[in-house]
Parts: sequence; C-alpha cells; structure tokens
Amino acid sequence: MRLPCPICGERDRREFTYSGAAVALERPGAEAGSEAWDDYLHNRDNPAGVTRDLWYHEQGCAAWIVMTRNTATHEVLGAALASEARRAGSTS
Amino acid sequence: MRFSGWRVLKEGLTGNKGWQAHWRDATPKSEYDVVIIGGGGHGLATAYYLAKKHGITNVAVLEKGYLGGGNVGRNTTIVRANYFLPGNSEFYSHSLKLWEGLEEDLNYNVMHSQRGQIVLFHSDGQRDAMARRGNAMINQGDDAELLDRRALRRMVPYLDYDNARFPIHGGVLQRRAGTARHDAVAWGYARGASERGVDLIQNCEVTGIDIEGGVVKGVQTTRGAIRARKVAMVAAGRSSQVAAMAGMRLPIESHVLQAFVTEGLKPVIDHVISFGMGHFYISQSDKGGLVFGGDLDMYASYAARGSLPLVEHVMEAGMALMPMIGKARVLRSWGGIMDMSPDGSPVIDRTHVDGLYLNCGWCYGGFKAVPASGDVTAHLIATGTPHAAGARFRLDRFRTGRGLMDEEGTGSQHNLH
Repeated sequence: MRLPCPICGERDRREFTYSGAAVALERPGAEAGSEAWDDYLHNRDNPAGVTRDLWYHEQGCAAWIVMTRNTATHEVLGAALASEARRAGSTS
Repeated sequence: MRFSGWRVLKEGLTGNKGWQAHWRDATPKSEYDVVIIGGGGHGLATAYYLAKKHGITNVAVLEKGYLGGGNVGRNTTIVRANYFLPGNSEFYSHSLKLWEGLEEDLNYNVMHSQRGQIVLFHSDGQRDAMARRGNAMINQGDDAELLDRRALRRMVPYLDYDNARFPIHGGVLQRRAGTARHDAVAWGYARGASERGVDLIQNCEVTGIDIEGGVVKGVQTTRGAIRARKVAMVAAGRSSQVAAMAGMRLPIESHVLQAFVTEGLKPVIDHVISFGMGHFYISQSDKGGLVFGGDLDMYASYAARGSLPLVEHVMEAGMALMPMIGKARVLRSWGGIMDMSPDGSPVIDRTHVDGLYLNCGWCYGGFKAVPASGDVTAHLIATGTPHAAGARFRLDRFRTGRGLMDEEGTGSQHNLH
C-alpha cells in the first residue's frame, strides 16, 4: 500500500505510523462529561467502507495527515494535513 | 447419528453409505425465543449451550454467509489459558477446562491436541515477568513451568539460542495448551445445536434490529422478518455494523491479522512456540503444514487480506527464531478481521435495549475462547445474570475506567494492542 503525503507525494506505507480515526482531532472540553469523552476515546463508527483516519509521516516529513481511505478495498481517496483539516473543521 | 470407532469400522466395511449430514440447513420460522446473529464459533457455541445447559431450543442462528466461514475458519488454532489479569484469567481457565471435555461432550473429533505452548523470554527482566505470569497461571488453577535455557534447549533444540538481538534465555511452558482443528469446532457445535432443535440458517443476513420502547422485538433479514424475545449479537469481525442497527457505537476498531501455512512437512515442531519479541508464533498442523502468524497490519481494515510489509516482517521473525524453516515453501496466506477493543479484552454484556445482548471485541484471541464464550453468553441470555467466569467483560468499563483488562500494560486506547 502506498499513501499520499501532501508534502512528500506518494510514499511507501512503511514510512507512516497509523493513529486511528480522525475523531482524535476533536478533543472535547474538560467538562464535556463522560459520554462525550467515551465517544472521543473509545467508541468508533468503524465503517466497512470510506473512513478518515490519522497517519503520522514518521520516516518522512513528520506531518500528521488525515487520509480518506476505503477500509474494504484499501483504496486511498485523499489526504490533507491534519492542521488544515482541523482548521477547516471537517475532520469527521 | 453418533460417532464411534465401531461406527467408523462399520461404515468402512459397507462403503461409507451410512454417513448423514451433520446438521439441518433450516429455513427461518417467523418467531423464536432467541435469535443469535452470527454463525461462527461463538454464535454456534452459544446456541449449543443454550440448548444443552438451559433447555432453550427454540433458537435460530442467523449467518449471512456459510456456517464457520468467518474467523473460526481463519485463525491459527491455538488453545491456551495463560492470561494474567482478573477477568481474563478465570475466563480462559474456564474455557480450557471446557476444551478438555469438548470432544466427549460433542461426540465430535475436534482434534484437540494438548501439545504444550512455550512463550520465550530473552532478558532477565522478561524472565521475571514470565515467572510472575506463570505464578498467576498456577494461581488460577492451571499449569505453568518456567524452563531455563538448558531445559528449553533439550525440548526444542532447533531455535537460534545465540541470536544477537534476542538471545533465548528460556520460556514458560503450559503443557495443557495446544491446538485444535478449527473448522471441526464450528461443525461440532453446529451439529450439537442442530440435534437439540436449534435452527441453523445460512445465507441470511440481518438488515435491521426491531426495537420498540427500549425492548427488542426481532430482526429484519434478507429472508424475511423474524420475531424474537431475545437477540444476541455475536458477529465479531462485523460487530460495529450489527450493533449500529441497534443504534450503538462500539469501542471497536477492525484490523486485519494475517496468517500463513507452508507445504506439508514431516513432524519438526512438536509444540506451539510464541516469540513475542518478533510478534511471531508457530505450530505444525497434523497434516504437516507449518502454521504461523505475526502482528496486526496496524491500520483499520475489512479487506481480509494483508499487506506485504507485514508478510516480510513475519518471515524475518521466523527466520530469526528458527532458521531451519527457511526452505519451507509457503502455500497460502490469508487475513482475518479482528474486533480490536481499547484494552485488548472482549465484551459479553447486556445492552441499553432489553433482551439485546452483545458478544464482541475478541481482538486476536477469539478461537480459544469459543467454548467459554458460548457458555457465558448462553448463561447471560438464559438467566439474565452474568456467568461468574465472564462477569468482568462489561461494556461500560471503558467509560467508567473500572475493571479494564489491559494485559500488555500499554493503556486502554485504540491502536496499542
């Protein structure tokens, strides 16, 4: 599997570290309550299809990237820097 | 139809014409006491123990594909009880005891082979940790032996003991651990359940779960609506999709785990050997193939096939541990979809819906759990109270933080197990 890095271009999957669903970018407030924190930390949509997840280009440019991927086919549909995805408010 | 040595002899002498199908391929009725979603090992075992121990036989097992076509047919067949933490400890201990009586109980040859499992250690610190784990295993009532390098070498001389990176200092041996024929476990439970009146319904995908006023009423399927007083979701590999039909988001992320088998060889590996530092484990099937596997591919996937970097890593780990297998030719590799939970331990619990039960989150350890999982889930469905051996597998432990079972001590968080 090859993954597109917005900075480096298409790279070998081994350069990246996977870090789970992109929901990790939507940290709730400290007073949000246990349900919100449970959803943030544990509960997942876990789709068999298109998902958005976080990858760290550890052995490349060290960027955090939101990949849009299909979990059933391993097709990669898009990639954006996590910092930009977060500013755009479209992480989920 | 009962299996026996006499029966084999008789059939052999009469042209093998008397064998019958092992279970009825049923068509769905309009109503059941219990509907089990998922015809894998855990679902079939649940149906079997519901019928056998609790006398509940008006039960349907709904399988979207064919019986035993999921992870119960895709694993590496290892059976062991070497867990450490309360919750897992009593559960897997219970499961191993059920395994030991399983063939008699089912009147079915599941080829359960207690050939022993050895977990290797490579440093003084690891030796201490393994001694502690071994003591925990003994305390839970199971067996464990700490082998030093010399004793281990007598038993398994073919390992690379002087490996520069991971010199082998010894291992923990559980003699009662071993392997079983995975498909036969599914078939044996299917036969036992079917004989007692359970309807096993294949090619029947559940498309909706009917809930009225917080009470489960039945399911919608590709073969029509089925009413049920109780419904159990036992669909590891697809748990998130099934539970979503009941409005639930589970603490599960699905990952692919690969396994491999070589061509048949003469007996060379007598035990199950686990090389944790290389994420590599291996045994030899009764047919002669070396069956081995490694770690997760480490990204969410439902593709049931893995990627090549992990294949390379597994092969390297195998070569580092036992160079003698280097010329064996790999016949097949495959992937199974693991329900990965945040703490690496499963869930068997009620849900927010009355009459709806959840069995999921088996991570990469579901096969050895099959007997106890069925027993515990059946007990919960039949009596409404948790079985003592599975009472800690609660769904709310992630929200509350109480009773987490994080065997690896890495934290209760996705992608760490």
